[in-house]
This record gives sequence, structure tokens and C-alpha cells, in this order.
Amino acid sequence: MGKPEDTERKKKLKDVEISVPIVYGNAAFWLGKKASEYQSHKWTVYVRGATNEDLSVVVKRVVFQLHSSFNNPTRVVESAPFELSESGWGEFEIAITLYFHNDVCEKPLNLYHHLKLYPEDESGPMSIKKPVVVEFYNEIVFTEPSESFLARVQNYPAVTFPRLPAGFTLPSSAPIEDESKRKRGDTKDHPLNQWFLNFSEADELLQLAAARQQVQAHIAKLRRQISVIDGQNQQFKSSSDQ
Amino acid sequence: MDAKDILGLPKTPLPITQEKKPRPQKDSQRKPDGISREVYALTGGLAPLMPSIDASQLKRRPPSDEKITWQWLPFTSSARKDDLQLYHWVRVVNGVPPTGDYSFAKYNKSVDVIKYTDEEYEKYLTDPVWTKEETDQLFDLCERFDLRFIVIADRFPTFRTVEELKDRYYSVSRAILIARAPSPGEVAGHPLVKEPYNVSQETERKRALSMVLSQTKQQERKDAEVLAEAKRIAESRMAAQGAEEPDLPVTSDIGPESVERAIGHGDTISPSSVQVPSAAVAPSTSIMADNASTLASLRMLRVYLRTYALEQMVQAASSSAGLRTIKRVEQTLQDLEVNLKPKVPTKAVCAEHLELRKEILTLLNLQKQLQYKEAEGSSFRDGSYGDMPGTPKRSHRVVDQDRTFVPDAISFGGERAGKREQKRKGPGRVSETPSSPAHKRPRKMKALDL
Repeated sequence: MGKPEDTERKKKLKDVEISVPIVYGNAAFWLGKKASEYQSHKWTVYVRGATNEDLSVVVKRVVFQLHSSFNNPTRVVESAPFELSESGWGEFEIAITLYFHNDVCEKPLNLYHHLKLYPEDESGPMSIKKPVVVEFYNEIVFTEPSESFLARVQNYPAVTFPRLPAGFTLPSSAPIEDESKRKRGDTKDHPLNQWFLNFSEADELLQLAAARQQVQAHIAKLRRQISVIDGQNQQFKSSSDQ
Repeated sequence: MDAKDILGLPKTPLPITQEKKPRPQKDSQRKPDGISREVYALTGGLAPLMPSIDASQLKRRPPSDEKITWQWLPFTSSARKDDLQLYHWVRVVNGVPPTGDYSFAKYNKSVDVIKYTDEEYEKYLTDPVWTKEETDQLFDLCERFDLRFIVIADRFPTFRTVEELKDRYYSVSRAILIARAPSPGEVAGHPLVKEPYNVSQETERKRALSMVLSQTKQQERKDAEVLAEAKRIAESRMAAQGAEEPDLPVTSDIGPESVERAIGHGDTISPSSVQVPSAAVAPSTSIMADNASTLASLRMLRVYLRTYALEQMVQAASSSAGLRTIKRVEQTLQDLEVNLKPKVPTKAVCAEHLELRKEILTLLNLQKQLQYKEAEGSSFRDGSYGDMPGTPKRSHRVVDQDRTFVPDAISFGGERAGKREQKRKGPGRVSETPSSPAHKRPRKMKALDL
């Protein structure tokens, strides 16, 4: 492993990105009869893997910054599942900061989520059993991942592993920790799991493809029309120049 | 009218008997405590949401145990050099007048202007451009006018600019300080020694400032354009260098001085976006540069959200488009039933979304192009000039387009430009529809029958 090979490896990694699909949001239960003026809902704000896989392979800790009216509004969650439950009455913006492991990225990433307690349809009855759930899909993109990062996460489903440049080999990852420990971090058996939304890119891709087709056809039509008119105008110009 | 609304009365004039009834109601509503009715009415007749002054305090003030009188008494001020006695009203409590200096004497501050001896002058302060007499005069004025250099410059017997006077004053003071100090280390911390007055820099700074302040609106616009262009060029250069050695963009240091130089070039650079009709295929090199520089800056972030990346790319792609065009793109997306922000922003979805937006921009540009060509065609046919958009003379066309599109890019500023546009649209529409052959010009996607 001489020097030129190392620099070559570093160069190749520059065009590689690794992404982690996540879903973040909240679920809020109305407390019904047990609701008081200041505690009408019990809610949980969370960040989970988009396919409910354990995020702790990448995320070291998550800090949820709540409204200043809460005691100790800065809540730190050191392990998966990265969630925070509280009770209250108001909707406000929660700042969620994700801190990653050292070999992943030294900079934290911020997300902002507006806590939703009340259903969109204000006139409908509020139910104790069915929570108000608002979730957003997003992907964390890491550019120029380090070799150690790539090596460590290569077998974890939470991460969308990139295609590596040809001829590039990674050292094998460290042995996976024992199953029971890993299981706890994922959200596949999470109590709120039944309310989680499904995010499928297929529908959106279809919609976009259809739209692009329409636009492209229209563009072609306009181009034809323009060339016709150009021809006509050319005739006029040449006749008036005489 | 409002009072009647509040009371729920019909707006037509009522007979007198009915009017009398609401009046006692109104009186009982107004119940100010501690302030008279007229004063309360000044607030609009409504109580403030939060009392700014405790209402009970307003009548309470004069304390009963103290006897207050006001007397016309003499006073002196320590701020005066003479013993002049003036008179004023004084609040006397229980027969005891207040003690102490005149309350405004403490504001009589002055600057400590250095005084040098003739010996010191000969030793340290001689200067080819300044005579001793002039220097003495300068220091005298400085002391009299507390270093108000503009006043000093006015009163100085010979003509000297403010910068020259400042320079002389500060360099003399500095030299004396250093000369008198037992060791150089002791005065090293003094601001005069640490940062000496720099005449050329000051003159330059003031000149640049006055230039910036006196810019006309058009010049401001041009400057903004040139700066944006320079930034784009610098960023594309940065992107071309690759992420290996990310240099901070030098453009952040472009001060007014370099802008002055750049203005000369501004007219010749002429951003290609101005000549839209011929460049219907929008991707000019500036847009390519935008994309590349956005990618480069994203890469430098090390970690980011996919949605953020998409926002940046969308911004870069629409950088040459005006606000109205961007709104039209969004309207088109809505008509196509596409989410303005993707619900499932995966890499593929974001890429498709971006491409779709770019294609819509192309579409809108082509539509505009077609409109112009049709109008041009119809004007040829009718042979009329004047208030037709796209008048036959080429030079006018370029100028008109300049007026239409540049305000787009820069926001709704410049009423003249805006009005011109409206004027042009009016006759344009009227004449276009009857004479143009292909007037199935779908403005919205819904009108498409594909």
C-alpha cells in the first residue's frame, strides 16, 4: 500500500455519496376525559429510519429542542429509537439536531418539525384511540465518505450504500454486534408502528415522468410553430427590404 | 358608521326616540378611572390591552407629608469659567432648596489636546509641508472645537482638507506620545500608536463612499448585475479547480473601488439573459456554471438533506428567471398535479423534479418567443408602427426587451418599466388574436389537448 495508491483511493471517494433515508415527525394522542387545560395531548416526536431500520449505525445522538415553556427544553436522546415523548397543549416548532459518529461526519445536521396535535379537519371529532400523525421523508446525504465509514456500514440496511468505483475494495466490516442489542434500536416493533406512513417513490416518479412527457410534447409543438412563423417572417423581411 | 356597527344599528338614519336608547348604554360602557373623559377619548375611546401606566397613579401623585413650592432662585454652574449667576425655577421641598452643582454641568466634556513645547517642536515635529505657525493654529482650533475637524477645516486660515488636518494632528500627537514615553513598550498599547492615521486610505474610503451614495438607480442595478456575474464566474472557476483546494471566493472582498472599474466593463459583459428571443434554448454558460458551483458547494458541506440540495439546484436553475417566471413555473407544476416539493425526495425523484422544472422554464421561454414572433409577423402584415409590441426596427426591439426582462430579474422596482410593460401588453393582445394564424397558444397546461 504505497502512497500513490492511497491518494488514488482518496480521489475516487470524492465522487461517492452515501445516503440515509429517514422519516421524522410526530404522533399525538388526545387525552380525552383525562385532558387538563395544560396537558390535553400526549405526543411523541421522533426520527426513524425510513424502512424502520436502526439509525444508530450512523447517528450518535439526537437533541430535541422544545419550546422554552417546557422544563429543560433541551432533550438529549443518546440511543435509538431516537424519540421524545411529552404531554402538552400547544403546537410549536421543534429543532431536531442529529449528531453523527466521528467517522461519519463531525458536523451536526438540523431538522425543523412543527409539532402537530390537532387534526386538519377541525370540525371532526377528536379520538383518543387514533393519533394525529405527521411525518416527513428525507434523506441525509454524506459527501466524500471516509473509508472507515464505508467499511463499517456496508452491511447495514439503514444506509443506502453507493456503488463504489471499479476496482475499489473495502476491508470487511467489524463483526455485527449481537442480535438482541441491535434489535432494540430499530422501529419495526415500535408501539407506534401501526401509524407510521409509507413512503414510496414509485408514485411520485410516475407522476413526474408523466408530467415531463406532457411538457416535452408541448415544447416540440411550440418549436414547430416557431419555425413556421420564422419562415413567414423571413419572407416579409426580404420583401420589405426591397 | 363604526359606532352604529358596533351597536348593531342599521345604517339608515333613525327617528329620535330610538337614538336616545343607545346613549345611556354608551355612557355606561365608558368607565375610565383616574383620567378625565376627554383624555380617555384621545386613546380612541377604547381601553388599551395592557395599561401602560397604572391608572390609580395618575391622580395620586402629590404626597401629603411634603410641602412643595416653586421658587425663582439664582444658580451657578461649574461648567462656567466666570461667576455668572443666572436664575431659574427650583422645586423647593419643605423650605429646603436642592443642593449640588447645576445638573447639566456634567455634560461639559472636552478633549485632551496635547500641548507641545517649542523645544519639542524643533526636535520631533518639523514637517516640510507644515509651518510651526500653522501647526500651532491647528492645535489651538482643535482645542477650541474639541476635534470637530469639519469646523476646524472651515476656520483654518489657509486651505487644507480635513484629511490633511487630521493627518497632521494625529501624527504630531503620536510623535509626542512616543517621544515623551519613558520606553516605547509603554505606549505601544495606545490606540494612536497602534493604528496610525492613514491619509490615503481615508481619502479613498470617503471618495468610494460618496460614489456609492451618489449612484443613480440604474447604476445600482448595473452594479448588482456585475457583482452577480463576477460571483458566478469566481464560483465556476472554483468548481473547475475541484474540491481539493477550496479557496474562499475572492468576490466577497469586492469593494466599491473595484466595482468602479468593473462598471466600465459592465456594459460590454451584457448578461446573455437579456437577448432572450434568440436564446430560447435557455442553458447559457452562466446556468451551467450555477449548477457546477452549487454542486461544489454542496460537496463542501459534507452532510446535507436531500431537500436542501434540491432547493439549491432549483435556485441555481432559475437564477436567470424573474419572480413572475418562477411563479408561472410553480403554477404549471400545480396544473400538472406535481407536488411543488416532492413528498418522497429520493435521489431519483429529486433529479426528475429538477429536470421537469428546467423543461417548464424552456417551455415558458418558447411561449414568449412565439408570442413575439407572431406579433412581429402581424406587424409586418399590417405595416403599422408605434404602439405595437416588437416594432419592426431592430434597435427598438432590443431596447424593449431590455425593459421587459431586466425588471423581471430584479423585482418589481422601477415604476416606469412596469407601466411600459402593461402598455405593451394591451395593444399586443388586441392585435395578436385576430391576425395571427396559430392562435391556439395555450397559456396554461389545462388548455392543452394532447
